[in-house]
Amino acid sequence: MQDLETIVVHHPFWQNLHQRYSHFLGECAGTQHFAPQQQIFQTGCEADHFYLIERGRVALETPFIPGKGVIIIQTLEAGEALGWSWLFPPFVWHFGARAIQPTDLVVFDARFLRQKASEDHEFGYELAMRVGNVMLQRLQATRLQLLDYGQPR
Amino acid sequence: MLPSRYQVRRVRRENADTFTMELTASDQSGSVSFAPGQFNMLYVFGVGEAPISICGKTRNGLEHTTRTVGTVTSSLGRLRRGDVVGVRGPYGSCWPLAEAAGRDVVLVAGGIGLAPLRSALQTIVAQRPLRHRVTLIYGVRTAEDMLYRQELERLRDRGLQLYVTVNRATGSWHGNVGVVTSLIPRVPFDPLNCVAMVCGPELMMRFSMEELIKRGVPEQRIFLSLERNMKCAVGFCGHCQFGPEFLCKDGPIFRCDRIRRWLNIAEL
Repeated sequence: MQDLETIVVHHPFWQNLHQRYSHFLGECAGTQHFAPQQQIFQTGCEADHFYLIERGRVALETPFIPGKGVIIIQTLEAGEALGWSWLFPPFVWHFGARAIQPTDLVVFDARFLRQKASEDHEFGYELAMRVGNVMLQRLQATRLQLLDYGQPR
Repeated sequence: MLPSRYQVRRVRRENADTFTMELTASDQSGSVSFAPGQFNMLYVFGVGEAPISICGKTRNGLEHTTRTVGTVTSSLGRLRRGDVVGVRGPYGSCWPLAEAAGRDVVLVAGGIGLAPLRSALQTIVAQRPLRHRVTLIYGVRTAEDMLYRQELERLRDRGLQLYVTVNRATGSWHGNVGVVTSLIPRVPFDPLNCVAMVCGPELMMRFSMEELIKRGVPEQRIFLSLERNMKCAVGFCGHCQFGPEFLCKDGPIFRCDRIRRWLNIAEL
């Protein structure tokens, strides 16, 4: 069985990160398992963790909307990062997340990561660039979704 | 240039606005041979002609899947068994099946873009022992808009790696939600030894092409099926000119490196 440090540094999110951070990341991470339909976090709650998906599938969803119910915005899978609200004030989740398959997550203490980022700007830069890249991909995907390009031509 | 008379043998509804029509030649003049990716000009007498890709072959005829978007396609949608249409074709270039032999094959389809890929997919899966992985990444607006659902299930049983994503999750959908391009980085295939075939709305094809290139697929192994207004279908009228190419006779299927630079020119 792989130790946590190995699992963390082999996740695509941390790809090519300098080795000197491996131990620190292994120390502030844990793992969590979620059963299908189990809520990972809810809209409006404190964003105090950062998640990397190791296995399974997670749905990002809106809170309940009268007449429409809960709408799934996007699904995320193994190899992807889940959430960025933990990095920016007010540190509150804008959307909820729910496992839709048996899901294993690597979980980081957000306060610990934020503190490290403010003390070690090289690490902070790495972290911001990686989260920024995730945001860029999601923004592009959202733009395409808005254009409803999936409709038949 | 004269259309042959074909009879409608069967009409199958695929979803709310899309149907598949089986046509058989009324006499010996009609052709039933085609290469996957080619199209026919279907003529509703008294209404007009439209280019429709050939999506399959039956024992005696051809199948065309059509979405009702304009006058001609709406008229096609009103035809019933025994009605007659004019058919010219097949025209255009085809999917690179020979080049795909012995390689992973990745098909990326958006909406009704699966129709022009259907016969290529059937052929590729049938020849799968000669190939490595065969993957279909298919994006639709909702699960109800999926085409050929049962057929895709059967192809999956025969080794197809099927990834479907919807723009809007409805009902009991528990699969992927999001755009088709977001699946390209996740799906297992060998980018350096694969052939990618992409068909769908042009914006989706452009972003899919970029994702495939980012993944490491060489431009020379990415093929797109383009669409423009067509009239004559034989390269005379110029309606479908795209840079130095005519979609009807040089396309509709193009290798990415041949057309990539033209895709960003608004006037084209």
